Amino acid sequence: MEGQSVEELLAKAELDEAEKLRRITVHKELELEFDLGNLLASDRNPPTGLRCAGPTLDAELRSLARDNMQLIINQLWQLPTERVEEALVARLLEPTTRLPPEKPVPRPRPLMCWQQFARLKGIRPKKKTNLVWDEVSGQWRRRWGYQRARDDTKEWLIEVPGGADPLEDQFTKRVQAKKERVAKNELIRLRNLARAHKTQLPNAAGLHPTEHQSKEELGRAMQVAKVSTASVGRFQERLPKAPHGAGKKRQFQPLFGDFAAEKKNQLELLRVMSSKKPQLDIIRATNKQLREEDQEEAAKRRKLSQKGKRKGGRQGPGSKRKGGPPNQGGKRKGGFGGQMSSGPPGLGGKRKGGRQHQGGKRRK
Amino acid sequence: MRPLTEEETRVMFEKLAKYIGENLQLLIDRPDGTYCFRLHSDRVYYVSEKILKLAANISGDKLVSLGTCFGKFTKTHKFRLHVTALDYLAPYAKGFGVAAKSTQDCRKVDPMAIVVFHQADIGEYVRHEETLT
Repeated sequence: MEGQSVEELLAKAELDEAEKLRRITVHKELELEFDLGNLLASDRNPPTGLRCAGPTLDAELRSLARDNMQLIINQLWQLPTERVEEALVARLLEPTTRLPPEKPVPRPRPLMCWQQFARLKGIRPKKKTNLVWDEVSGQWRRRWGYQRARDDTKEWLIEVPGGADPLEDQFTKRVQAKKERVAKNELIRLRNLARAHKTQLPNAAGLHPTEHQSKEELGRAMQVAKVSTASVGRFQERLPKAPHGAGKKRQFQPLFGDFAAEKKNQLELLRVMSSKKPQLDIIRATNKQLREEDQEEAAKRRKLSQKGKRKGGRQGPGSKRKGGPPNQGGKRKGGFGGQMSSGPPGLGGKRKGGRQHQGGKRRK
Repeated sequence: MRPLTEEETRVMFEKLAKYIGENLQLLIDRPDGTYCFRLHSDRVYYVSEKILKLAANISGDKLVSLGTCFGKFTKTHKFRLHVTALDYLAPYAKGFGVAAKSTQDCRKVDPMAIVVFHQADIGEYVRHEETLT
């Protein structure tokens, strides 16, 4: 009897072992494809069992899920493990499946005027060195920008050219020319931005007086002049002959509007004012968010330019002139340092409204 | 003459709420008639619908006043309350005076302590003229 019970126990133990083994090993006709980096297993076996399951579909699905899960865990146990703070941790492989991008692909921007022209003519940008040897100061200076090599506004001696008026100030002439070039570049930049964002520059006709100006231009110039005071035109007297009621008009509610609606609005306003919870001002919140993002990007750019300058400074004094310009370590973003605008800043005044996807328009 | 804008209404209500608090809605929503606020040359008038309809017939530059003047908006859009509003504010006024203890102390103090000094209420001499000798 004891022998029998022992035999029974042994048999039962064997059965249990077999059961466990059966559970651990899963037989599949087609092997699963594993992407352990994403903890992903793809089962290509045709689901014939599920199709003809009928009422037991739930149970079939569960068993299928259990089997596949078992296979994943078997794979995980084969990975190299390590111990991190009293926990046994498997080191996953790199993910092999390529996930689709979260945001849509940006559409190609329309080419700028110069880009189109260069493309037509087949002009390629010539590779130029950033630094140029400056004889005058005896050091390597930038090709353009702050403390550049040949800055004609910084010369201390200018010969009066042959045909010029001897009483003309050549120094101020050069400074004026530079200011005009800068203003022209700025205008072209704003015009490009306006074209890219399909808006229009504010019409500046009449503000730069020429010989003959039309009545509308003069009127507009007068309007702009009236508003261009520190109080934005609030305390400017009206000119005696100026047309009354020119300029932007505000819209008000009608005098005898719906009294009931007016009452309702006022009561609603009262309720909002007296509620203890702070109200979310969407416009201020979005402006604040935009400003923070701008500041972050400016700080990042500043950090990068600082890194570049520091590396360049270390190598600079050590090199000789014949060795060529020293390496410019680190990145340095071109363009007007620190000035960032992907939207039309000078065009729309205050930014209002929500933010669309990055690189797109900011709603006004 | 025009109704107040959202911003102007808010500024005015904030001022009035300091004196009459929640009872402001009794001014807006009156059982005995429809009263409304209208703005005329920077002054806010509290006027009944009937009077408003009559006043609309007078041209703007000839119209001096209508209804009751509650106050005016200054050049920098702040609202200044005028004494002419007193008759409408007095019935709903919150008690006022000088605080005798700080906010924190007021919470901890026993029920019989003095927290407000009622003083400098000049209007009391006018309001209770009969009772005061």
